Amino acid sequence: MPVKSVPSQTTTEAPAKIAQSARIDEPVRLIDRTAMLAEADAISHYAAPVDRTRPAKMSVSGLNLHYGDFHALKDVSLDIPEHQVTALIGPSGCGKSTFLRTLNRMNDLIPSCRVEGSVTLDGVDAYHDLDAALLRCRVGMVFQHPNPFPMSVYDNVAYGPRAHGIRKRAELDEIVERSLRDAAVWDELKDRLDANGCGLSGGQAQRLCIARALAISPEVLLMDEATSALDPISTAKVEDLVVSLKERYTIVMVTHNMLQATRTAQYTAFFLMGEMVEAGSTKQIFEDPHDERTGDYVSGRFG
Amino acid sequence: MAKLSAKKAAQQVKAQVAKASSPVASAEAAGLGVSAASVAGAVGAPTIDTQRIVAHVKKAGAQSKVATAILSVIAALICALLAAIVIYIIGSGAEKAFDIAFLTKPPSQFRAGGGIGPELFNSFYLLVLTLVISIPLSLGAAIFLVEYAPENWITNAIKTAIEVLSSLPSIVVGLFGFLLFVLQMNWGFSIMSGALALTMFNIPILVRVIQQALEAVPRDQRDAGLALGLTRWETTVHILLPCAMPAIITGVILSAGRVFGEAAALIYTAGQSAPALDFTSFDLSSPSCPWNVWRPAETLAVHIWKINSEGVVPDLTAVSNGTAAILVICILAFNLIARFVGRRLSRKLTAE
Repeated sequence: MPVKSVPSQTTTEAPAKIAQSARIDEPVRLIDRTAMLAEADAISHYAAPVDRTRPAKMSVSGLNLHYGDFHALKDVSLDIPEHQVTALIGPSGCGKSTFLRTLNRMNDLIPSCRVEGSVTLDGVDAYHDLDAALLRCRVGMVFQHPNPFPMSVYDNVAYGPRAHGIRKRAELDEIVERSLRDAAVWDELKDRLDANGCGLSGGQAQRLCIARALAISPEVLLMDEATSALDPISTAKVEDLVVSLKERYTIVMVTHNMLQATRTAQYTAFFLMGEMVEAGSTKQIFEDPHDERTGDYVSGRFG
Repeated sequence: MAKLSAKKAAQQVKAQVAKASSPVASAEAAGLGVSAASVAGAVGAPTIDTQRIVAHVKKAGAQSKVATAILSVIAALICALLAAIVIYIIGSGAEKAFDIAFLTKPPSQFRAGGGIGPELFNSFYLLVLTLVISIPLSLGAAIFLVEYAPENWITNAIKTAIEVLSSLPSIVVGLFGFLLFVLQMNWGFSIMSGALALTMFNIPILVRVIQQALEAVPRDQRDAGLALGLTRWETTVHILLPCAMPAIITGVILSAGRVFGEAAALIYTAGQSAPALDFTSFDLSSPSCPWNVWRPAETLAVHIWKINSEGVVPDLTAVSNGTAAILVICILAFNLIARFVGRRLSRKLTAE
């Protein structure tokens, strides 16, 4: 899966080369941005406009974050629309993962980290009026590298519900099955519920981690480059999953993969050097960026 | 593995060199990667003489062989030395060590034929008591230092103090225990004094072991726990501790071996006399009750020291050898158990 499109100058001779050398169904999409967007239009929710009538599930305003002396996020304001997929894009080190981690206060444990500004969940201040553990129950997270616990598949998924007081085997069975089904991994793992989660393949382990996050029924799901360690087939499965989950969850995903953003997200925010440069519907960000820097990035001129 | 594959590569290169008829062909065979790279590189970039690379690989291969040989000899010497010590100690004490009567009878004061029954029991009893006291304390200290302690000078001072304590000579710990527990607290030479002295001796090591085990747990496990809405304490207890458990258990058993063989810290705290034990007695105030923690209790290591310095029994060499053999066998067993348990647990955790 290509991470970004190649600058347009090379498009003329490149397609032929690729068509010769590899068996790729649509070689053009690897390099041609117009084709990429057209394809994205055809196969995804890309064209679906952002539903502006929905209230913002989470709202961030005037967010400044410092790691010691380093100003990692500069005055970021962004609304996360409910039941939509929001993609955060930008070059490495631009602060998008840091931003994601402020949404469920995962930065709290870093001693030198200082957060100013407001983050609200359903209008309630997440930093002052909500307990961090409680916030994280409602705002779940999936990480870049699959990190199952060293225990069975079943126990991995049942871990959260158990920790929050669900003890009945029947209830847990139901939650485990539903979560694994939601994470599109039930069919592969239903006969291996006793197998150790650390022994799974990368793609299965990552979907197991998604199931584990879903098991405590969060309202928002944060995905921090959740497919970057996966092969293309597993990536496609996770992307399909994201699209299907948005009916019930609000999803925020950090991605380096522009195609992934166009395929899965309705809403996209572009970060650069700690600033949120531009946010809007994915279609607008990719086709008609208002800021020159956004245009340069999405067309692959840097980053 | 790396060593082996390097050897193989060197051998392959040699074989190719031998096979090839002309020097040019051999250079090509050995330096394929390099020539391909230089072709792909920019025009005019300096090309590398493949002959030189072959020569270098040969030379490096020879060097590697010499280094491997030297290291093997050193390793073999160390192993031989250790094996010789262990075999000598166990060999010279075997006659007594495998004699049930010797293992169960109380020591005799003047006549030959005494045993080490009470000493054997005292050693294990002291060890268990010491671990019961020191494990919870060390766990708490280590968890605090790794998970909760703020980064400031107090924390650093505590960490330094632990490092210093872990290298404290055990005789100093013993004398301190003598002053504090035996005299100041007026507990006399007793198991309790000995166990507390050993605890002071054991805690710094345990804290460091547990600290390292906790720090070695990957960060993403911690994040996964927190992201499920667990509190920091729940994450520590339910995720970090289980992950660190194999390393912790290995460390505890290894430290148990050290405590088991300790003599200097006990001479002045648990005392050098072993009252005959009556295992039917449960009167906790009686000096012959094995479970009474206020009675003096000589351990195996102290017994060796005492019998050699002031023993008058005619068979003191045999008794001392037998005791030493038992001590070494126990400590060997601790180490083997530590390795076995640690490996079993970590295999269970990583699903290999």
